[in-house]
Amino acid sequence: MEKRVTFRGWMLPLLLILPQVVISAVFFFYPAGQAIWQSLFIQDPFGLSARFVGIDNFTFLLSDPFYRASFVTTAVFSVLVTLCSMVPALFLAVLADRLIKGSGVYRTLLIWPYAVAPAVAGVLWLFMFNTRVGIISWYLGTLGYDWNYVLNGGEAMGLVVVASSWGRISYNFLFFFAALQAVPRSVIEAAAIDGARFWRRFFTIVLPLLSPTTFFLLVVNVVYAFFETFGVIHTITAGGPQQSTTILVYKVYADGFVGQDLGSSSAQSVILLLVVGLLTVIQFKFIEKRVHY
Amino acid sequence: MERAIQGMVEKRGAGLWLTHVFMIIGVLVIFFPIWLAFVASTVAQQDIIQPPMPVWPGDQFWVNYKNALFSGVNVPVATMLFNSLVMAVGIAVGKIIISLLSAFAIVYFRFLGRNFFFWMIFLTLMLPVEVRIVPTFEVVAGFGMLNSYSGLIFPLIASATATFLFRQFFLTIPDELAEAARVDGARPMRFFWDIVVPMSRTNIAALFVILFIYGWNQYLWPLLITTDPEMNTIVMGIKQMFPSGDDFAHWPTIMATSILAMIPPVIVVVGMQRLFIRGLVDSEK
Repeated sequence: MEKRVTFRGWMLPLLLILPQVVISAVFFFYPAGQAIWQSLFIQDPFGLSARFVGIDNFTFLLSDPFYRASFVTTAVFSVLVTLCSMVPALFLAVLADRLIKGSGVYRTLLIWPYAVAPAVAGVLWLFMFNTRVGIISWYLGTLGYDWNYVLNGGEAMGLVVVASSWGRISYNFLFFFAALQAVPRSVIEAAAIDGARFWRRFFTIVLPLLSPTTFFLLVVNVVYAFFETFGVIHTITAGGPQQSTTILVYKVYADGFVGQDLGSSSAQSVILLLVVGLLTVIQFKFIEKRVHY
Repeated sequence: MERAIQGMVEKRGAGLWLTHVFMIIGVLVIFFPIWLAFVASTVAQQDIIQPPMPVWPGDQFWVNYKNALFSGVNVPVATMLFNSLVMAVGIAVGKIIISLLSAFAIVYFRFLGRNFFFWMIFLTLMLPVEVRIVPTFEVVAGFGMLNSYSGLIFPLIASATATFLFRQFFLTIPDELAEAARVDGARPMRFFWDIVVPMSRTNIAALFVILFIYGWNQYLWPLLITTDPEMNTIVMGIKQMFPSGDDFAHWPTIMATSILAMIPPVIVVVGMQRLFIRGLVDSEK
């Protein structure tokens, strides 16, 4: 879509667009280019010299068991976060949608966690499940369960998944609720007259009508799990124990800043760029589809 | 008849109560972590390190909050709150300004390189800061912007989302308005200030809500570039309050800080709920 009426001149528009272009160039394109460039070199730890190695960094990464494990960890983590944040959200949205009065109050209460930063959410959950003072770990202890996420990789994963999903429930709830409100009443009433009960109506009519929203949320939540959960993981487990919660983004940070391995960290950045690119393409393909819907 | 059908669709009687009960349970479960943090911020350290901690607030509210705000652990929390405020407002206002300008240029002008710049901005959609941290850090360090507000703000203000949002909106402004402005001999910037900006008011406000929260909740970037505690933001500063050794963390102070860290974004989200939901839905389109 284009404007028919435009203004003349070329200096002014260039000046107007300049701030954004300069900032994008300095803080986006130059660093991204640097990441690609550095990924072809091996630097000594002091940054004094660099040796060109071509794609060695990539081949090494792909054969590195730790990196592969991190891929698997990321996949497990994002599937779990997506499920744990979407299913409760859909359930709550269905409940809120059935209420004639009062859904506004619940909505106001339910959007709170969205405002809580992932890193702060991490601290809140860390506090409840802390091995020494956590109230939930204490009650688990009285039930005879020896909770220790510091040593047990599975428990650590469970904790970061729950802490990451918590704030996302609000977000997903808002989208599901809006979508449910948009389902035509007449369709549902017609099914009700035909004798379809609530759950049957839900699975045969409502859920298919929600599919554009569901698919959109799937993609957005996977992107969230990949890139925005750093704060949760850094505050709760710092990637441990034994790297069992080291997702890809955390590994870029750990190798680049803690381990000072620039070549490997850059190569990981490049691989992540490809992942982001892929996810963005999926998202746009979907948006195109939704226009026809 | 009408009522009977409605009865089949919307819950009444026992079913309605059950729906409310489930809803209340859901809200309570979701609220529990925040409630517990609040309780922890009102009791003494002894109450917490001898589990189980109480689940009802104590009488140390003023002591803990005063201690957090004016002494903190590494730096007073008031300082961190101020830093977060500068960063969040800086990012929100900065993004809105540069996006308004560039969207105006892209929609209302035909100039050489327009398509090129459009795609250049579009590509930045795909580069979250988490992905390019090392080189971006080097750029910022090279400019001497470590431990500065400009270092906290600038790398995060270029994003395509706001530009696209404004572009979409500008395309819906009737052509007659631009036509009239041209006939009257108004200069483009005059049209921008008198027509475009006032018409975009709601969009600007909705975007401000979303961007403020985005900026406030940043973690990784401030963690990398603020080595001086005086420049810590509150969201990244909480983690710095934990002792590195085997000591007990001072939970009442930490939890008071956590509550303080969530108050501004919660006020913005709950207080501007309509704008927030609108901004959320728009910026994800």
